[in-house]
Amino acid sequence: MLEAIDLACARGERELFSGLNVTVTPGLLFAIVGENGSGKSSLLRMLCGLLPRERGAIRWKGTDIVELKDEFTRHLTYLGHLNGIKDDLTPVENLQISAHLSGDDQSVGSAHEALQAVGLSRRAHLLPTRVLSQGQKRRVALARLWLSKRPLWILDEPFAALDEGGIILLTQRFKRHLDEGGMAIVATHQEVGLSQQSLRYLRLPG
Amino acid sequence: MNQSGLGGAVHAIVRRDLLLAFRRRADVMTTVFFFVMVASLFPLGVGPEPAVLRMIAPGVLWVAALLSCLLSLGRVLTADYQDGVLEQMVLIPHPLTVLVLAKVFAHWLVSGLPVVLLSLLLGVQFGLEGDVLGVLALSLLLGTPTLSLIGSIGAALTLGVRGSGMLVALLVLPLFIPVLIFGAGAVSSTVSGIGAEANLSLLGACLMVAIPLAPWAAAAAVRIAVE
Repeated sequence: MLEAIDLACARGERELFSGLNVTVTPGLLFAIVGENGSGKSSLLRMLCGLLPRERGAIRWKGTDIVELKDEFTRHLTYLGHLNGIKDDLTPVENLQISAHLSGDDQSVGSAHEALQAVGLSRRAHLLPTRVLSQGQKRRVALARLWLSKRPLWILDEPFAALDEGGIILLTQRFKRHLDEGGMAIVATHQEVGLSQQSLRYLRLPG
Repeated sequence: MNQSGLGGAVHAIVRRDLLLAFRRRADVMTTVFFFVMVASLFPLGVGPEPAVLRMIAPGVLWVAALLSCLLSLGRVLTADYQDGVLEQMVLIPHPLTVLVLAKVFAHWLVSGLPVVLLSLLLGVQFGLEGDVLGVLALSLLLGTPTLSLIGSIGAALTLGVRGSGMLVALLVLPLFIPVLIFGAGAVSSTVSGIGAEANLSLLGACLMVAIPLAPWAAAAAVRIAVE
């Protein structure tokens, strides 16, 4: 369970939000919505511990994430608006290395499976990622979610650049993750096709 | 995660960076070729007097090695910062200091080690032989990792800064100078017959200080950069 209490964020002189409370429990997806520049990405980075917070507390299972450090990041899969993949490596290599680094299944077979599951054609698996389209690159980055067994996902606009098919695949993956007791915090601009009981919206003031 | 998990992560980072260097051979060759060029042009410019060449050899080769290291620093972290790999690295549940050290090691393997090996060949061009050649290679073997380590601090501090190349040079050159003095000094003192032990010991000491401290400082700078 991830709790954020009385969270505030300022970038430079400007205060983006304050007094924010979020409680994410297993089986729940929090969709963060708000205008461009309302602080969605900052909030997500703060919840990951990448961005220091102005005020407030963020607790994972009751302990502050600053104290937990690696004990917290071990349970976390974060995908920012940057894909975090190397253009000169193939999708399979990218996925294997990131799986290796995060301690997930790193075999070639499971990398192929994950890429297949995210809808990347077999042909694209062994091309340099450089030559793929934006949407395909996003899929390569999202394929990590098919390998991840971590309970907490923090994703920054995962639907961006995806086509309809990709959105459906990702929503199904979310559903399975939540069914398995996972939790997710997702910044998005669109409706998430999940049932009411597993979905919460958080609107950031503009 | 346990120790083997950390070893696995270090292995993955080194392997990825070597693979990337292999895919972008041209980039790597540029800095190595730069070293060869600078070192080869001096004999042509100064003239073929063997005594003069032997005298300037330590300084020239060391300065060339230092500049080629400076040239390659942009590759250590900048690309990772731009494509988001660096922020993923910060979130890996292992000490960032060790992961940065792994990156620096990979960087040294592709930009420092070739310089050490080529120096044996280029030394001959300057009329160095036997002992002196050995000391030259040894001094570079001790010195170039120190340069990569110190350079990584500069590279990390200037992440996200426009035109960072010049700034990195300004930041790290003062810290490079002791290494240059000890390194070239080791070779010169062998040429003049004093023996290189003192200078080599100092180079070794610099490396021993840099191994724990530089990655720690660079890791702190990386954390600030990905905020």
